[in-house]
Amino acid sequence: MIGMPRILSAKPDSRLIPLPWELPLTDWPTDHLVALPRGISRHVVRFIKVGNDVYAAKEVIQSAAVHEYRMLQELTREDTPAVEPLAVITDRRDVNGEPLMPVLVTRHLDFSLPYRSLFSQGVRPDTVNRLLDAMVVLLARLHLIGFLWLDVSLSNILFRRDAGEFAAYLVDAETAELHPSLSDGQREHDLQIATTNLFGEFSDLEAGQLLDESLDPLALVETITTRYRELWAELTGVEEFPGTELDRIESRVRRLNALGFDVAELDITTSQDGSFVTIQPKVVDAGHHTRRLLRLTGLDVEENQARRLLNDLDTFRFRTDQQSVDEALVAHQWLTQCFEPVVLAVPAHLRGKRDAAQIFHEVLDYRWYASQREQRDVPLLDAAWGYIRDVLEGLPDEAMDSRPLADGTRQLANPFDPSQGFVDDEGEMPEDPWETAAEEEPEPTGVLDIAALRRGKG
Amino acid sequence: MTLPRVLAACFHYGSSGTYLPVERIVGMATVSFKDATRVYPGADHPAVDKLNLEIGDGEFMVLVGPSGCGKSTSLRMLAGLEEVNAGAIWIGDRNVTELPPKDRDIAMVFQNYALYPHMTVGDNMGFALKMAGVPKAERDARVMEAAHLLGLESFLSRKPKALSGGQRQRVAMGRAIVRQPQVFLMDEPLSNLDAKLRVSTRTQIAALQTRLGVTTVYVTHDQVEAMTMGDRVAVMKDGLLQQCDSPLTLYDKPNNIFVAGFIGSPAMNLISGKVNESGVEVGDYTVPVPRETLAKASGEDTLTIGIRPEDFELGDHGIAVEVAVVEELGADAFTYGTLAGLSDDEKLSAPQIVARLTGRTPPQRGTTVRFIAGEGHTLHVFSNKTGERISN
Repeated sequence: MIGMPRILSAKPDSRLIPLPWELPLTDWPTDHLVALPRGISRHVVRFIKVGNDVYAAKEVIQSAAVHEYRMLQELTREDTPAVEPLAVITDRRDVNGEPLMPVLVTRHLDFSLPYRSLFSQGVRPDTVNRLLDAMVVLLARLHLIGFLWLDVSLSNILFRRDAGEFAAYLVDAETAELHPSLSDGQREHDLQIATTNLFGEFSDLEAGQLLDESLDPLALVETITTRYRELWAELTGVEEFPGTELDRIESRVRRLNALGFDVAELDITTSQDGSFVTIQPKVVDAGHHTRRLLRLTGLDVEENQARRLLNDLDTFRFRTDQQSVDEALVAHQWLTQCFEPVVLAVPAHLRGKRDAAQIFHEVLDYRWYASQREQRDVPLLDAAWGYIRDVLEGLPDEAMDSRPLADGTRQLANPFDPSQGFVDDEGEMPEDPWETAAEEEPEPTGVLDIAALRRGKG
Repeated sequence: MTLPRVLAACFHYGSSGTYLPVERIVGMATVSFKDATRVYPGADHPAVDKLNLEIGDGEFMVLVGPSGCGKSTSLRMLAGLEEVNAGAIWIGDRNVTELPPKDRDIAMVFQNYALYPHMTVGDNMGFALKMAGVPKAERDARVMEAAHLLGLESFLSRKPKALSGGQRQRVAMGRAIVRQPQVFLMDEPLSNLDAKLRVSTRTQIAALQTRLGVTTVYVTHDQVEAMTMGDRVAVMKDGLLQQCDSPLTLYDKPNNIFVAGFIGSPAMNLISGKVNESGVEVGDYTVPVPRETLAKASGEDTLTIGIRPEDFELGDHGIAVEVAVVEELGADAFTYGTLAGLSDDEKLSAPQIVARLTGRTPPQRGTTVRFIAGEGHTLHVFSNKTGERISN
């Protein structure tokens, strides 16, 4: 009898057990697979259907699979945006009893957009800048918790719409390390890897005719370093000022809040005579607006969506003249009178196009334009219906984005694996003497062949 | 041997944040750790403690040791990824201790090697040079040279989609080679490969390094990998350098008990026994130890003797061993057992005795046999007080 595979998981999902683990992922029947756009990978990766859920499965050696599972668990625990790890399947054997690589299973992130699918639709230059901003924020957040990524790339990130911006999620932690804190050299190294990888990825899009001609890979990556350094300086930098300008403490906290960070610990030192004050944020937590919205309404949304919703909540409070009423009470009214009616107005078949908070954000935008155009204050529900009719109907489904990657003229060699390029690339590969030599190597035994060493080096 | 003098380009950041190519002659790319120390905040002892290591120009140096020994930290100190709390690190005639990673003229190999499907193999190898502003003609020349070294010439204009795992590794090596760094750094580069690919890739890396002649520092926890690849191997433990020597010297003359047990697979048999006037007692047998060696251990009641598995000989006298497992590997047979006369409980915690026997019928499992040790075969003797080697 063939040994059963083992499943390592903190939250076991029994639906994983009957899957065809005795087959290499490349040979899985297509009825188990979903062709979703994604980045390129050096491993075999497939999206698999499990009931109504979609999971990502990656074949990788055991130590790497377990390491990545633990890293992703840490990130989930630290509330840093990353995909959720589900299980590691080990002890796989094929029907002949030959061992197969373990598989790491992660949950597919709903409403996520891999960069290649964004680019295949034609991207405006300012959208690319927003993507880079989101990536820089993610990198800084990871560095703040001592997470050294070592493989920063667009392929290893998923993007979600976040009001007018994007939120970035980490999807690959294979090379990552968690340290108590990172040295400047380590951060610089990660930044250098990011620059090189993104240059490669943009060049690749260019070669595949997926990059807008007005965009230059070099110009794009040059901004990454600057953006990262500015953000890092704001998050961690020391600021010194005269003791008469104490309001600068408040300003710093406000600037950090505006960037979406809360200051959990601020180090304040005063010179002996009190003439100079030095401040430095020691602990900052991302998600300032997300947390406030969650506390007030129970809605769990991305940072910029939260900012937008909170602004609307503040407007609502002002419009209904409730400035002196408890904020939580007003928030409840806003939720039931504004947010929920808009979300409920969306017919069920359109709900896979955008998540609820994003729809609300887009309805607010729609209302603003409609009010400008019609020179009147368009009621929220009217705006919602207009938005659904004029905008949402025509948008592609993004809950599980399965649009083809290319512009339609070129087909992927394998719809389940973008790493294999296009079908019309080319055929047979030339002879490779190194491969032949490698095949002749004896099977490794783990024993040190000291006699061979003496012959070779003696 | 004359050393190759390469006209190379190194890069530094210009004020606009772009890379500027700077042509210069590469000098001797030696690497020196001078009392280099790394203490992690809150740790009670250093991760790397006063490391002194001189790596020659063009040398392939392997750092090896168990997890937590400081090998990876040492490499990262050289790369600029870990702070050096005391001491210094030099590359050639430059003190790089305080330099950021990008100014050290080093290349980390295999850190990340996603291949880009729409770009040719050649562009996959040379794209970082393009980013650095290296002119096209020079880029092409460097890529061609690297492809030649890597046996990838006929693949240069191909898309990488059909490349095998090993070929992908080579393209990744090509990325580092075209940068023409002074030093290659490799941190467990083979750890994510399956066993078979690991063996073929390590052979290729070692051969390539010899041809390139670029100083290389390689970190691994696998001593077989270390011994088969390195010109010299530095064995580390608990942040301390234990010994740095050629693989054969490490094997034939380990400095201390740790190196003796760590290097070699199967490992050296290390047996502690009472000293008498002619040697060290193991069970009812005295392993003969030369008088001058015993003299160096005056005052020690016990010593540890070390015998490599191939230095045992079956005989009618010698160390009595109860054979538990016999494994035949080609012309050799490995026998695994424990010292004879132990109770079942004692056997569980007793060190395993391994012998590699050649050219005769191996003993049966369950039998007790005698292994002659010393008496003309290599014998290692270590002080139990210091752990240091006292035999010649």
